[in-house]
Amino acid sequence: MTELRALRDAFAMIGEDPAEVLAPDTAHLIAHGHQVISSQSIPGVRLETHGEEDCIKVRLDIAPGGNIEKPIHLCFGLFERFGTQNVDLVLTLGAGARATVWSHCLFTLPLAARHAMTARVELGPDAELRSNETHYHGLSGLIEVIPHAIVRVGPGARYIADFSLVQGCVGTLDIDYAVAVEEGGVAELTSKVYGHRSDRIRIREAVSLDGAGARGLVKTRVAVEDDASAEIVGATYGNAPGARGHVDCMEIVRGRATARAVPEVSVSHPEAKVTHEAAIGSVDARQLETLMARGLAPDDAVDRIILGMLR
Amino acid sequence: MKPPLLELSDLTVEIGGRRLLEGIDLTVRSGEVHALVGANGSGKTTLARLLMGAEGYRSSAGAVRFEGTDLLALPMHERARRGIAIAWQEPVALEGLSIADYLGCGPVKQPAAACLEQVGLDPGEYLERPLDRGLSGGERRRIELAALLSLGPRLAILDEPTAGIDLSSLPLIEAAIPALRRAGAAVLLITHEETLARQADVASQICGGRIVCSGKPERVVDRYKHRVCVRCEGERCHD
Repeated sequence: MTELRALRDAFAMIGEDPAEVLAPDTAHLIAHGHQVISSQSIPGVRLETHGEEDCIKVRLDIAPGGNIEKPIHLCFGLFERFGTQNVDLVLTLGAGARATVWSHCLFTLPLAARHAMTARVELGPDAELRSNETHYHGLSGLIEVIPHAIVRVGPGARYIADFSLVQGCVGTLDIDYAVAVEEGGVAELTSKVYGHRSDRIRIREAVSLDGAGARGLVKTRVAVEDDASAEIVGATYGNAPGARGHVDCMEIVRGRATARAVPEVSVSHPEAKVTHEAAIGSVDARQLETLMARGLAPDDAVDRIILGMLR
Repeated sequence: MKPPLLELSDLTVEIGGRRLLEGIDLTVRSGEVHALVGANGSGKTTLARLLMGAEGYRSSAGAVRFEGTDLLALPMHERARRGIAIAWQEPVALEGLSIADYLGCGPVKQPAAACLEQVGLDPGEYLERPLDRGLSGGERRRIELAALLSLGPRLAILDEPTAGIDLSSLPLIEAAIPALRRAGAAVLLITHEETLARQADVASQICGGRIVCSGKPERVVDRYKHRVCVRCEGERCHD
């Protein structure tokens, strides 16, 4: 199949082994536009997919107590010049289940495309989900990425999510995540984005610490250059005794780019505590001189600092 | 006598309307360890940062020549490429960089692992560690010294290399200085450590931004220790 070949090529280009993704003991979904190219469940992981005209519906269930050793691969992309991909994802982890989901979003070929995902994620008691979503874009700057998610982290569960879009031009990015954490649960959200040219970046990540002893971290690392712009809202609400949250936003601005950070923190329980730190501006002068004092030219030193921050 | 590597003549530095260094004359010869002692705020680190070309540190008068070249006309990275290296007094964290990345930056001449061993850090434990806030001040300072060693510099500027170092590691740090000398490097050693300063070939005492005494380390260190100063009469020559 042409798309599968294109996908294999794309995987090779980003350094992933397609054989690993397609291995019989690896759960995976591969989708081009609204067409499911390949889908595989494995014991403990039930993956149901349904491609419709204007959407792909995905239901991913991890059985209670299941410890899924190999990452589950969700590969989305478009291998045409123009197109749209809408994804409706429901992901559940049963009590005590542990899994890692790698989402590869490959948009290196399209000139203009829209990728929108609406996700509902449920972690049962003491479950653990590590979610890594990595985007690979071309240089057209006309890709629109709209990931929206509602996540419930059950008692004692852990939700660790990383989003990365540092290769190619972003285009337009509009992230909106709302995470509710119950008693003793943990949510850590990290986003890393590098905007160029006229990219527009908007990130809103909100963690609501609703259960006693819930923990939350919202960490954002964004660099923008040329005429790109970024607006970051990192929100954490401490609503229960012993809840602890932290918002950490760092943005580096180069050229005519602009950035705005809005830490939104609130506490509605006297025994909750939420802190925030935000730094926006050019590259830290002392970091810069530390690398220049090792013989790196200024531009090389700046690149090294930005890529380090986004690593 | 070996030829001068670094020559400062009548150097004056003013920042924000304040004169921080005034009329500095100082010569560091190839393969020589030159200790610079002085109280906090006397101008030692200002001099180090000016020599390295740090942002905002400019001379208002005088000259600095490195191997005969006008050093002040060169940007920081060019000074580094010509063989000047510094171990900063307060090293910064660099998010996303491992220690191996950091020690591999620039025109390195020695493997990172060997340099870490030289300062008493196990490469197996440290090479892949991030250069972030998870390191203690003492660890960070030893890494800074290892980073300097990796460049194989012609002039090494060590700004308080033993501050914050635990007692058991001090001999390793102290041993790095003669090792640099054996490798042919000159060392400008900024220190408060009396024993370290006494091991230098030459020492200078700085007070209120001026060199007030230069010569044999024993004499200079004794004068500093006993607050003998022609400039402040001992009033400012203490920490």
